[in-house]
Amino acid sequence: MSSVATTPPTRPARRGSTAAGRQLTWWQQLVFQALCLFVAATVLFPILWIVSMSLDPRNISRPTELRLIPPGASLDAYRAVLDRPTANPVTFIELARNSFLLAAGVSAFALLIGVSAAYAFSRFKFPGRQFMMISVLAITVLPAVATIAPLFALLNSVRLSGTLLAITLLIAGVLVIALVTMAVLPAIRFGTATVGTYALGAVGVIIGALVLLSGLNAFGGEIFILRNSLLGVGVAMISGALPFAIWNLKGYLDTIPKELEEAAIIDGATANQIFFQIVLPLAVPALAVTGFLGFIGGWTEFFLSWQFLTDPADFTLAMALWNMTGQYASSVPWSRFAAMSVMVSLPVAIVYLALQRYIVGGLTLGGVKG
Amino acid sequence: MAATNPGVATVETKAARSPTSDAWRQLRTPLVYLIPAILVMGFLTFYPLVYQVYMSFTDYGVIKAEGKQTLNRFGPNGQPPPNYRPAQFVGLKNYTDILTGNPQFIAQLAAVSGGQFNFWRMLAFNLWWTFSNVGFHVALGILIAVLLNVEGLWGRRIYRAIFILPMVVPNLVIATVWKNMFDDQYGAINQLIGLFVGGPVNIRWFNQIEPPIPGIPLPLSYYAMLIANIWLGWPFMTIVATGALQSIPKDMYEAASIDGATGTQQFWNITLPLLRPAMVPAAMVGFVMTFNLFHVIYFMSGGGPLGQTEILVTQAFKLLNVYQLYGVAAAFSVLIAAVLIPIFLITNRISRATESYDV
Repeated sequence: MSSVATTPPTRPARRGSTAAGRQLTWWQQLVFQALCLFVAATVLFPILWIVSMSLDPRNISRPTELRLIPPGASLDAYRAVLDRPTANPVTFIELARNSFLLAAGVSAFALLIGVSAAYAFSRFKFPGRQFMMISVLAITVLPAVATIAPLFALLNSVRLSGTLLAITLLIAGVLVIALVTMAVLPAIRFGTATVGTYALGAVGVIIGALVLLSGLNAFGGEIFILRNSLLGVGVAMISGALPFAIWNLKGYLDTIPKELEEAAIIDGATANQIFFQIVLPLAVPALAVTGFLGFIGGWTEFFLSWQFLTDPADFTLAMALWNMTGQYASSVPWSRFAAMSVMVSLPVAIVYLALQRYIVGGLTLGGVKG
Repeated sequence: MAATNPGVATVETKAARSPTSDAWRQLRTPLVYLIPAILVMGFLTFYPLVYQVYMSFTDYGVIKAEGKQTLNRFGPNGQPPPNYRPAQFVGLKNYTDILTGNPQFIAQLAAVSGGQFNFWRMLAFNLWWTFSNVGFHVALGILIAVLLNVEGLWGRRIYRAIFILPMVVPNLVIATVWKNMFDDQYGAINQLIGLFVGGPVNIRWFNQIEPPIPGIPLPLSYYAMLIANIWLGWPFMTIVATGALQSIPKDMYEAASIDGATGTQQFWNITLPLLRPAMVPAAMVGFVMTFNLFHVIYFMSGGGPLGQTEILVTQAFKLLNVYQLYGVAAAFSVLIAAVLIPIFLITNRISRATESYDV
């Protein structure tokens, strides 16, 4: 969008009547209002339809009429969905936990590795840079569905016995906690820690603890097939999420003015100091937005989990929602489907609205660097 | 010197620089930042892509007719299962099957699902689907942005807040909700039409095979999905267009109206040309996104009726999920890449996205 600022200078504008906007006549206002209201009605129609159906107390299996506010609205459908959304023996909370772990894990990992690569692309000139950037961008163009066959085959051949899995997980958990401590501790000791530092530390320690815990649980378990696990789905998702994160973050970093860094270079700062103490703090909104976009991708990921997972305990929200739609759902009342839709969308919708301004800027930056 | 000991980054040698050591010096610092990404992408992105090309030349997958499978090299005890047979090299067979529509291959697919398979028809439909959607998105996006930009319009803030809602809901949910809305018996669309017509309406949106407009070979489900996807896509274009509109200096419109230009003339001669630099790259982003839009097609029509609205990504998924033909799916994905890479190169050329950012 920045390109718009470089519009060719036209003939000098004739100043004079810089009136504060023209006034609309009443019939113009009427026509424009009618158009706006029509568009608003089309936008709101599906949303109101689904919300009103989810509130219907009659627990309708199939709606037979259009009603904005169903008589005597209640939250019964929500209660039913929380308890057991599909025929599979999983609760909504378990589904949401799986989706959350998948989404948060993938986006955090992609962010961590993506931001350093994005910094290299944005701030250094080196041989092979152009080629690397084009190959990263080209990957983001390929659909994620198109690599599912090799990922399935490769991840399917990664198998560990229960003991080996437990040991692997324990080592991984310790490594995660150690790395996070190493990254966060210096900042805390020197008093340069910000809220972000503490948040990073907390998230890292929690993830590490979860990995450790699952490692302890895995002792003596069955043979672990990476493909048939949430971890495997996450690994497969990173295949596409990382290039996207790199590209999106590079777009943001390009817009951060370099004056600060130039001043720091004059003061003798090294590249590492610049990255950790100048660029990273300035990039926090970009990290939040890119992380959130990655999170949405994971939260509603469908085809990988549908293809990979067989154990209902691993199922995700998207899979459950699809189980409640269309051909699979002849026995699911539509009011429950509606409640499920609302509950899947609401968390991301709220965050989206809160971050709206940054997200919109970022979406346009990523591809629209003219 | 530095090349032999990259860890000592601060020790600069003032020895004579050969071109290679010069390149190395330039590469050294960025490489530290790139190494994690190179490793991860190497293992998880590029290696699978190479493996995919290998798979596309084999009969990898579950072979139902013989009761054998080649997928699992590891059985329950780490031993190969009794029906294991290694994948065999079949040359270009997968590609020729897909591209020429080998009758034996088509029959194999039809035995499972009864659907139809024609790569060229699918590609043509996919391109048309993309063009028609992006066309509507851009046109509506610009018109609504201009409408919202009218000075003195009441309730602009409220409209802006409402109009962003389609972007906020995950498109997986949007697709499933629209699928139910277009249900032929209980769907809200048929009920809404019924309100205007004054009687029950039973349009079979996803099952009617005959095209609704004679002469145009597009089934009714295409129009249903077009409506859903237009609903989904225009707000993004409106936001891009609004940003661009607000940076057009007002002086230009004043000058034009003093010169006697009408509103329509101003729209065509000022607004549109100045929106172009922002809209063209956004349209290209939309083009690639719509081309690969799995959710709407898979969740709404499922490619039906009779595979008439199948696009490349949904077919690739079905080759795996329904037919379990991993080798064919790999070949199909290579063909998708072969379609997309030229499109990518063209769009990249136009938007100059990877052009170097002067350091």
